Amino acid sequence: MSRHVTVAGVSLEIEERGQGRPLLFLHAGEGLQPQRPWLDTLAKSFRVIAPHHPGFGGSALPDWFGTVDDIAYLYLDLAKQFELDDALLVGSCFGGWVAAEMAVRNTAPFAGLVLTAPLGIKIGGVLDRDIADMHGMPRPEFMKFAWADPTLSTIDYATLADTELAGVARGRESLALFGWKPYMHNPRLRRWLHRIDIPTKLLWGDKDGIVSQAYGQGWQAEIASSTMETIAAAGHYPHWEQPQAFADRVTAFAKTLS
Amino acid sequence: MRTWYFSEMAYHPAWEKGLARGSLRVNFPSENLDPVEAGTLLNRYLDEFALCDEVGLDIMVNEHHSTATCMTVSVPMALSIIARETKKARLLTLGNPIANRPDPVRVAEEMAWLDCVSGGRLEMGLVKGAPYEIAPANSNPGRLMRRYWEAHDLILKAMSTTTGPFSWEGEFFHYRNVNIWPRPIQQPTPPVWMTGMSVETGTMAAERGHVVGTLLSGGLAKPMYDAYRKRARELGWEAGPDRFAYAAIIGVGKTREEGLRRADIIADYVRTAPVVAEPFNNPPGYNSLGANVAILKSGPRANRIVTDRNGDQIDHRTATVQQFMDTETVFAGTPDDVYNQLKAFNARMGGVGNLLFFGQGGYLSHQDSKENIALFGKEVAPRLMELGVPETAAAE
Repeated sequence: MSRHVTVAGVSLEIEERGQGRPLLFLHAGEGLQPQRPWLDTLAKSFRVIAPHHPGFGGSALPDWFGTVDDIAYLYLDLAKQFELDDALLVGSCFGGWVAAEMAVRNTAPFAGLVLTAPLGIKIGGVLDRDIADMHGMPRPEFMKFAWADPTLSTIDYATLADTELAGVARGRESLALFGWKPYMHNPRLRRWLHRIDIPTKLLWGDKDGIVSQAYGQGWQAEIASSTMETIAAAGHYPHWEQPQAFADRVTAFAKTLS
Repeated sequence: MRTWYFSEMAYHPAWEKGLARGSLRVNFPSENLDPVEAGTLLNRYLDEFALCDEVGLDIMVNEHHSTATCMTVSVPMALSIIARETKKARLLTLGNPIANRPDPVRVAEEMAWLDCVSGGRLEMGLVKGAPYEIAPANSNPGRLMRRYWEAHDLILKAMSTTTGPFSWEGEFFHYRNVNIWPRPIQQPTPPVWMTGMSVETGTMAAERGHVVGTLLSGGLAKPMYDAYRKRARELGWEAGPDRFAYAAIIGVGKTREEGLRRADIIADYVRTAPVVAEPFNNPPGYNSLGANVAILKSGPRANRIVTDRNGDQIDHRTATVQQFMDTETVFAGTPDDVYNQLKAFNARMGGVGNLLFFGQGGYLSHQDSKENIALFGKEVAPRLMELGVPETAAAE
């Protein structure tokens, strides 16, 4: 069951499950999708706090709110409001970008950072597309790039209630608002990644067609405290495709933290 | 009813290849265009626009990008040529896609310049732009209409301010010295037009007194016009037919067969216009949540369907001329036929003062296009000028 919490004047829908070390999970551009098994699997080892980003799910998107900077400050406020200490910050895809923007500002509430196939930085030249144009391909093609097994990605929209469909449409619109141009990255972020001063784990699906492992190595090169691992038989969303392997990696990483 | 001729200045020689690829827009490479042939066609189309002035028609120009369906990439560029080649025709931009333009002050400058060079003949359309224009412009589809309205307000203020400079620090646009030279002849601004297909647009246009136009579907037009009239009455004024515009494909001929043949060829425009790779047809945020819920339920093809007067669904890509006539997308036949069809349409709509005459499209030859324009200009347009508020609507 989710609940609503107001942070910095923004009403957020938040899933909170499990006991143990707090883990703030920032979801992918495709949404939180808490009904998939990943959340309960992760909640066996952590107290998972997973907000729907503003404009996604049941979270508000106020008129004044509109950038990834806004989300980063909002979640730093959330960490303070929840009195997070020694917590784990985990971000997937778009949520990884948000997590990195938080971490270059303030890592005090967190003991460690996990970035799963994060978007958010620019590595290549002007003609290189580091991040696949998810909005320039038909949905079935996007699924092939994003999933090792695209059949697992299928959602039968015809069976969903209108409120859920509106949530999907709203999330897509919000993702565009936050990441349309420059496309899913902040041209300045890479130069500030050196400020991340907590142990950092980069996790990558070995079949990720949205951002390559070479892109992950670009991240690794900028964060002194980082290591990178791949998860087999997973695409861009290892937590959805390999929930147990994902939870195992996060748990193992957490054990290395003081 | 005034008549405004327009043509999208298509590059139809590439259509077959584009249709085979399933996309005529955005991702259809320009190696499929011969630039010399493009130049020949553009000059031919400009001649057809110039002919309108001789036969008493007004003129409308629109723009699209990265497409074989329309080579007009810049409304002011095309109209600047047409302004010099015409003397009487009023010149309508429908329009400037201002939510996709990074610099609204530049739009205000271009429009003021056109108004000066044409001797005050400009009518200024400020439009949202089609969904597939988002990708070529790479403009953010999120909060598109907020950007539209800020650009709209800034353009009108820039054109009507004579004691500048003024500064503008908005959500999307920032200037410290707005002071356009030249300023427009028509003060405070040339007449403003918008386009739309919704009740909401009708209401918003009424609140500003703008002309509102729609294209190719009478079923969608009527509720929008009604919403406009209703809102105008609430605000204490009566919206006459001159506040409304409707775009339709029109083929007129000496015989009914000739008119239908011309309309059928021009209608290839409507058959090709929606052919674009799927992701570009509905960028997230462009359509309303309600529309997107419907699309999620029924799949991406839903937005290619229009409904005819009987409530039957028509697929634009494959429709016959007769089906297009049933959706009020096409009017065709002899001058008498077309006049009578438009008179009936005017009555159904409660009075539409502006007909946007799609008189050339696709493979319609130069000779056919000239005859279509001349016959319409001489034998239909003058009679339409006498159509006003239909008696049934006036009696309400």
